[in-house]
Amino acid sequence: MRHDHLITSKQLSRADIERVLDYAAEIDADPSAVADRHADKLLGLLFFEPSTRTKMSFETAMKRLGGDVVDMGSVESSSVKKGETLADTVRVIEGYTDALVLRHPKQGAPAMASEFVDVPLLNAGDGAGHHPTQTMLDLYTIRENAGLDDLTIGIMGDLKYGRTVHSLAYALSNFDARQHFISPESLQLPREVVYDLHQQEGAQVREHEAIDEVLPSLDVLYVTRIQRERFPDENEYQQVAGEYQIDVDTLEAASDDLTVMHPLPRVDEIAPEVDETDHAAYFEQAHNGVPVRMALLDLLLREGGDGDE
Amino acid sequence: MSDDHDHHDDADDHELRVSKIRNGTVIDHVRGGQALNVLAILGIDGSEGEEVSVGMNVPSDRLARKDIVKVEGRELSQDEVDVLSLIAPDATINIVRDYEVIEKHRVERPDVVTGVLSCPNPGCITTAGEPVTSRFEVLDDGVRCTYCETIVREDIASLIDT
Repeated sequence: MRHDHLITSKQLSRADIERVLDYAAEIDADPSAVADRHADKLLGLLFFEPSTRTKMSFETAMKRLGGDVVDMGSVESSSVKKGETLADTVRVIEGYTDALVLRHPKQGAPAMASEFVDVPLLNAGDGAGHHPTQTMLDLYTIRENAGLDDLTIGIMGDLKYGRTVHSLAYALSNFDARQHFISPESLQLPREVVYDLHQQEGAQVREHEAIDEVLPSLDVLYVTRIQRERFPDENEYQQVAGEYQIDVDTLEAASDDLTVMHPLPRVDEIAPEVDETDHAAYFEQAHNGVPVRMALLDLLLREGGDGDE
Repeated sequence: MSDDHDHHDDADDHELRVSKIRNGTVIDHVRGGQALNVLAILGIDGSEGEEVSVGMNVPSDRLARKDIVKVEGRELSQDEVDVLSLIAPDATINIVRDYEVIEKHRVERPDVVTGVLSCPNPGCITTAGEPVTSRFEVLDDGVRCTYCETIVREDIASLIDT
């Protein structure tokens, strides 16, 4: 991988992805080998939106590499509240740190911010846009459970605003994967994403409104939250929400080997009883955030990602 | 050379609607109704005393109806000509010196336009008061914001940053 910043999964080739996943697996097997790798480094955490897993897994990853973090804190307690621009914020914090992690509610914020800094900048989610480090841990989990080639995956829920979905779809188009997108019509993939996927040679993409059309053929089912707040009225939400919930009865139609994933947090998309089945991989998926982000940070901190690992 | 151009630049033509210029640029074969958008995309609003003549919906052999814009005392740069292609893909540009057309060329679609259009996506970082110049990739059938990746295919003229 030779990138100064990680803004979108579109910038990653199959070789880039495999290199990160292989390195994450090495770290996962023996974290002590990199325990002091970045003992003198500081990572800046700039989260303009709430986050639990992404923020804490970055913090954990940096500390497990021997480094430390400085955290902007909440927007309410920062200079952002005084009207400071993002461009100014990243330029200031760049002076304190060796790399930046940015989550922001506006699409394109990391792309813009990266134009103002020289240290590596990682996109930790931008509005309804991208979430490439989530995608890397998703791919790691998929590879561990089902493999990345000859894969049939269903991606279900809020596909319109789901940035994890967009990033995952782009990354999977590097592999021999059949992608089925399942959502209510109002939450289908953005036309921009469909445009990109159709531009991608060999990408196999289909859209559906009902899960039962494809469930039996799936190796992986990636569930995302249907966000109640996206619907203009409660009745409309109630009509579709039930169609996109997974429980043990739903899974009777699935393959025994089906892996169920979710970027979390979940609300009621996956019934708690599914947690006890062999299908559930979402907590393992969240755990994988640490070794994958350790691998990404290590590669990016060493000469802008031109490391030897 | 276009028959339309001769038709309207001939001082003896009784149908003359737009006066000849001495030095400057004539933008011909603009699609009917787009003349004011052409001025907007060029940042010409008359506030700096520019001498501008506009003909709208005049007859044309090639376009049926076309607009013409004449700007006295200003020769358009290639960059300016290129962005015109977004809203006036059929336009011809005539550079005039001492009443003579000394250069005539068609617009070409650029790969990228910078600082010309505003992103229509309210969730885009370029709408948030940041010190960033808008940038759009030019597609075969539209434009795409470099930052939020929104694609716009229709009514691009409405995005012109005036």
